[in-house]
Amino acid sequence: MARFPFSAIVGQDEMKQALLIAAIEPAIGGVMVFGDRGTGKSTAARALAGLLPPIPAVEDCRYGCTGEQRGTCPDPCTSGRVRKRAVPFVDLPLGATEDRVIGALDLEKALRAGEKSFEPGLLAKAHRGFLYIDEINLLEDHLVDLLLDVAASGENVVEREGLSVRHRAKFVLIGSGNPEEGELRPQLLDRFGLSVEVSTPTEIDQRVEIMRRCGEQERDAHAFAESWAGEEDKILRKVARGKSKLAKMETPDAIMQDAAELCMAVGADGLRGELTLMRAARAEAALAGAKAVQRKHLIAVAPSALRHRLRRDVLDETGSTVRIARAIDELFG
Amino acid sequence: MNAAATASDPLADALLAARLFLISPKTLGGMQLRGGGPMRDALLNAIRDAGTRLRRLPAHVDDERLLGGVDIAASLASGRAVHQRGILSEAAEAGATLLLPMAERMRDALAGRLVQAFETDASAAPHGWILLDDGIEAEERPPRTMLERTAFHCDLSQSEWRDSVELPKAAKSTTPADVAAPDAASLTALANTAAALGVDGLRPLIFVQEVARANAALEGRKTIAERDLTVAVRLVLAPRATQFPQTEDESAEPPEQSNDPAPDNDTQENTDPGDRALEDILVEAAEAAIPADLLAQLSSDKAKRAAQSSGTGQKRKSALRGKPLGTRPGLPRGGARLALIDSLRAAVPWQPLRRRELGREIDEAGANEQIIMRREDLRVKRFEERAGRVTIFCVDASGSAAAARLAEAKGAVELMLAQVYVTRSEVALIAFRGEGAELLLPPTRSLTRARRALSELPGGGGTPLANGLTMARDLADMIAARGRTPSLVVLTDGRGNIAADGSPGRKQAGADADAAAKAILHSGYEALVIDIAARPGPHAPDLAASMGARFLALPMADAKMLHAAVAAATASANKAAA
Repeated sequence: MARFPFSAIVGQDEMKQALLIAAIEPAIGGVMVFGDRGTGKSTAARALAGLLPPIPAVEDCRYGCTGEQRGTCPDPCTSGRVRKRAVPFVDLPLGATEDRVIGALDLEKALRAGEKSFEPGLLAKAHRGFLYIDEINLLEDHLVDLLLDVAASGENVVEREGLSVRHRAKFVLIGSGNPEEGELRPQLLDRFGLSVEVSTPTEIDQRVEIMRRCGEQERDAHAFAESWAGEEDKILRKVARGKSKLAKMETPDAIMQDAAELCMAVGADGLRGELTLMRAARAEAALAGAKAVQRKHLIAVAPSALRHRLRRDVLDETGSTVRIARAIDELFG
Repeated sequence: MNAAATASDPLADALLAARLFLISPKTLGGMQLRGGGPMRDALLNAIRDAGTRLRRLPAHVDDERLLGGVDIAASLASGRAVHQRGILSEAAEAGATLLLPMAERMRDALAGRLVQAFETDASAAPHGWILLDDGIEAEERPPRTMLERTAFHCDLSQSEWRDSVELPKAAKSTTPADVAAPDAASLTALANTAAALGVDGLRPLIFVQEVARANAALEGRKTIAERDLTVAVRLVLAPRATQFPQTEDESAEPPEQSNDPAPDNDTQENTDPGDRALEDILVEAAEAAIPADLLAQLSSDKAKRAAQSSGTGQKRKSALRGKPLGTRPGLPRGGARLALIDSLRAAVPWQPLRRRELGREIDEAGANEQIIMRREDLRVKRFEERAGRVTIFCVDASGSAAAARLAEAKGAVELMLAQVYVTRSEVALIAFRGEGAELLLPPTRSLTRARRALSELPGGGGTPLANGLTMARDLADMIAARGRTPSLVVLTDGRGNIAADGSPGRKQAGADADAAAKAILHSGYEALVIDIAARPGPHAPDLAASMGARFLALPMADAKMLHAAVAAATASANKAAA
């Protein structure tokens, strides 16, 4: 089935921007999407993965090795041919077992040949792509811990059942969840680079537009994709340009100062907030095609980068977004 | 004909829904048929008679069977890898629709797998699903991930007996693809109607227009007419309504249908009069189809609405994780992990015998010789897992528990909640006052919801202590049945004055409360009674004794002290239990 074009998603600008930032700057460390069900969260993530150009990888390699990395995975891969494959998009189901996620002993081989061999799991599959977890707040805790650890280190280390295997697992982690159904521990939230809040559009015009586009897509997915091909191209070029600009992005000292002050003012715990804020601002500037990071870029990403890191007061109901907006007004207003 | 005229018959609606669903099963996802009974069976037969293949998927299906994989038992028996196909791909190939019995008990894990299979590659998925939902209580519902992606929610529990049950006939020549897209005015009207009914999310909006198109195709038309829209609204939006549209007459009875547009609807300003009229017709069609008990639910308690979700944790299986406990014979399936060493150990002593049986020579060197394993050698790991704890707060919100104490109780509950994401336990809240008890908060980890429930907790009135205790015990039973450990914290002065049947009278009330407390003792749940009377009397300690509960008198406590006391008490209880 043809995927829904990324550019055809109505509204949800903050989420789309966060996904693009994560796509050009993997060091950002994942995106957490808070929001109601059925607001196009998974559609957006899936659409972005489908939009990105195919990646070259060693043929039939189960670990997605690039040509230069040939033979460095646990298998090891031997094929001399390098083929393009689609950017992986792995959907982690609720209730997935640890075995399925990190990989496990290959039972068939173990029993038949008495051979100890590793059957890669979803983490290997997601390497160089996206790992999407719907309702991460309902996922087993130990799995979430494990996922975030792998996402942060870019490597999956398996030490169990007599196996000792490590393989590359670099992916953009995208989590989604509804805070009404349970909280995520603050330690885990902090590991996510960006967090965005999405809600069902309330304006009738927007909803009508969504209905129209979904209807068109339903009727003739190919024609619909065709009609958006131009827009999709624009995004592709934007991502490509962003990637090349990011490498040479300048970061003035004044902006670093601003970032530090902002983090202090909102009371964001830990250094990770500051780091992510700077990285996100650089990516934002690169996407916008700027040469150096400017204050407006910083302000644009501040809510996503800091929202989930504010110290939480159980009895204070003021939303984090409001607190950040207030701090920005006071500092830079 | 105005389609609203037939609105009152759930069975007719379900039949129409089934026909529409069969026209485009992949787009519409599925049907939920709530309420077991003869009419549901008749409906299923009618669906079968219409030429639909149904594939029953039992709730206990394991991953290997669902998705396919290596059949270990067969592989061992034949000495080579035997793959089995999953039910999903079998059903997809046969063009069958999945039939999911006992859908209200479906595990979240299974729902996740199904949804993923349908969303990743719709062309390789079965033709939608039918959820047989036998739930009675509002909380007993199929997993929300499934429900959301199910276009039709049909409630057949109230349907009347009918002799002949047949699906409406379809016009063969027209398919939904032939039907033109709805025009802008219709889309706007649908969106406005959804907003007026409080239907959130985008999926219903997508379903509603697809249903309209399917209905047009059913009637052999190539454009969408008003009646298609009313049918779609009635079948898709009305069962999802979370509020009653704000028309002028807010009578408790669904207004009888009429062809005149309803007098006024002030939800939207920027539509022109033409749209308005259409929208009113749609809202009216929906109104007529909103179940009557929904009205009662909505008017009685809005907070409950938010609480009707089933977002609670799933059942724990001790074969999956936790502290290792050793192994037992069994097949590594359903997530149970193979204990390789133990399996080999079990197989090794039998090797000479088995080789002889197979007529093979015993190779002295032992080289290149496979180990002959049989199914009965396999061992799987067992784990000990601590069941999640759910603390049920049962709070006396009556006039005798003075307002100040209630605030303290609220504060304590909030402080406990703040710890919830550290301890990963859950909290539920029951309040009793006036003539009955009320579940304000089903077991949750959500701060947001808990805080809202608490802030809406009213005070004053009589003390239906017996009712409160009974409800707490029922909830505890339910939690225990799901494999978690409930513990009760009752905050009261112990002076019940409303009997179990809701009549006033201290004597009967006392007897009933005592009986309810003894029932808790009988169930063996861990309990704590906190006396919140300004001047502690003998009532609360007596209650604690009947309940077999620990007792705490906190005449002057504030929220923090109360919290500390509860934490200390549960901690010591944990130790004692360990």
